[in-house]
Amino acid sequence: MLFQPAIIALLLASAVSVLMLAAAAPYAWQLARHWDIASGSELQLRLERRTYLLSTLLTFVFATQLASLLLFIFNADKMAVMFVGAMCAVGTLNANAWGFPALFAQIAVFFMAAVWLVLNHVDTRAYDYPLVRTKYILLMGILPFVVLSFALQLAYFLNLKADIITSCCGSLFSGDAQTLAADASALPPQPAMLLFYGALLLAVAAAIFHARKLRAAYLVAASSAAAFVVALTGILSFVSLYVYEHPHHHCPFCLLKPEYDYQGYWLYLPLFAATAAGLSVGTIQPFARVPSLAAIVPQIARRLAWVAALGFALFAAVATFMVAHSNLILLKD
Amino acid sequence: MKTWIGKQQALIDFTLSSLSRRKLKNFGLLLVYALIVFLLASVMLFTHALRREAALVLKNTPEVIVQRMVAGRHDLIPPGYIEKLGRIRGVQHIEGRLWGYFYDPVVRANYTFMAPTAGTINEIQIADSEIVIGAAVARERGLEHGNLISFRSYTGKLFVFTVASVLPHDAELVSADLVLLNPADYRAFFGIPADHYTDIALSVANPQEVRNIAAKLSETLPDARLILREEVLRTYESIFNWREGIVLVLLSGSILAFAIFAWEKASGLSAEEKREIGILKAIGWETGDVLKMKFWEGALVSLTAFLLGYVAAYWHVFHFSTALFEPVLKGWSVLYPRFELVPVVDGFQVATLFFFTVFPYTVATIVPIWRAAITDPDAVMRG
Repeated sequence: MLFQPAIIALLLASAVSVLMLAAAAPYAWQLARHWDIASGSELQLRLERRTYLLSTLLTFVFATQLASLLLFIFNADKMAVMFVGAMCAVGTLNANAWGFPALFAQIAVFFMAAVWLVLNHVDTRAYDYPLVRTKYILLMGILPFVVLSFALQLAYFLNLKADIITSCCGSLFSGDAQTLAADASALPPQPAMLLFYGALLLAVAAAIFHARKLRAAYLVAASSAAAFVVALTGILSFVSLYVYEHPHHHCPFCLLKPEYDYQGYWLYLPLFAATAAGLSVGTIQPFARVPSLAAIVPQIARRLAWVAALGFALFAAVATFMVAHSNLILLKD
Repeated sequence: MKTWIGKQQALIDFTLSSLSRRKLKNFGLLLVYALIVFLLASVMLFTHALRREAALVLKNTPEVIVQRMVAGRHDLIPPGYIEKLGRIRGVQHIEGRLWGYFYDPVVRANYTFMAPTAGTINEIQIADSEIVIGAAVARERGLEHGNLISFRSYTGKLFVFTVASVLPHDAELVSADLVLLNPADYRAFFGIPADHYTDIALSVANPQEVRNIAAKLSETLPDARLILREEVLRTYESIFNWREGIVLVLLSGSILAFAIFAWEKASGLSAEEKREIGILKAIGWETGDVLKMKFWEGALVSLTAFLLGYVAAYWHVFHFSTALFEPVLKGWSVLYPRFELVPVVDGFQVATLFFFTVFPYTVATIVPIWRAAITDPDAVMRG
């Protein structure tokens, strides 16, 4: 099933990303070892020039990874017609053992890439490139994940066979199955709602607090991560039910389908953006102590905190609108 | 934020004037770039429109078709077979259908003969010795309303029919080779006894029940072959995607050639361009600024080429019927339907196309651009 345009595009993007990162890694290693801004040696001069290339290259690769996630999910959704038993992206991803791991790896790479891009942005704003070492050591950390993500995608697409019967979202996200997703789906709506709004409120409050007072940056990151998990659980356990107006359909992917007016994108785009921004607030916090960044980090962190707050608030508003707009009644008061 | 936008505006302004100073060189690149986008976009738009067409056509077909097999070959449905199906819960309607192929030696093509059955959506009343024909049949045989035509049946007997009407052109995709006649004429023409049918069509209301019904049917009728609509749809989807993918892979050579071309263009800076960068750096531009300028240059060229190529492809596919790729993607036959595709633009497809064109271009130009940007001002101005 390799000869599908979108699959070729995805694999092309992943393969080129891996190649570029692999080519950049030795240079990054050299940079991390020999970087000394105070020195005027020829090596340092060469390194300074090279860092322009590396940061452009990596910005490009990571921006590609952000776009790939969207294309990957979109593609999985589109291919559902080709599998017996599949009705949305779940069926496609479930068609072999590599589908969901590939998705999770892609999501992990998405967040790492976003955080790296923020770090890079912070670094270029300062006059003495204080984060060069950190950036490139971090790159070494991300590289294995990008390779893993590529390997999983390759394994997934190579093993896709159109003649197998996969399972539909109805069976995977039903409350009776013995999986994590099923446990989340089986969560009764009332506590799920409390948890959902509680976590989002905490995340928004922490972000606004940080934007105002510039304190509790790590709380922003932690509450964002928590809100991300809780938000996905909430979508599984009750938001989806309201959208489909069906008390047993828990699928988080059918939301993305044209039948439901692509409503899912209104949920997921703000959610992912807000989470990435929230995580970045925490990541850049330790560098506020660097003298040349003392003024820059708070400024960027404030902006990111606003993005996170607005993103989570938008997400909550969209979810609330879906619930309020629906004809389904789950809770009787 | 305002200063940032102002800065980018100034950069774009500068880039545009710099581009327009080297019109010929940039025009060449733009042309090749747009051509690549045009080729790929034509293939994608065309296959996507065909896929949609297939889905629309199949929308009105029965959910399940039952064919009887004898020794692995398709055979007629004998009397009593439909009754054997009995009542299956979930099936709205069961009908026996009469259709078959007839080879016409005059045009060396196969016609599909069909007897529309009463009570279906496509019910047409056709009088004895009259036929209703598809547009391609009418074209090939030069027939019009009221003409007479004779076919020599497989029994050797000559049958004369009057053309009652020609089917409308919009339905040509499905009815190009169709000849409709009434059931009695059909049986007489092919020598099929009464109560025998070609196959059985079942309509099922709930799409999720189709598989269960098919499972039940295959239990009660072990000699039957079941054809499900969703299966047909899936096959079409796979086939068109596969064809599209193959063409794209074949075209990947040209994408590669284009990437090399872009690389060469970007690395082969003329002395004048080098001097320009040298002067810019001498008056205070940083390497980062030069990179930004080059980024805008790439973005402007890419977007223009993408837009030009895509619009050209749209015209090619929907107004000139894909003259270039027709034979590969459409397949052929003697009685090929003439049809115009309904224009559809799909966001997913645009995104994929973007990955196929802009992505390789960007990859190919990063290193040369960096090399240009790190040029030392003194080295350029002295040399």
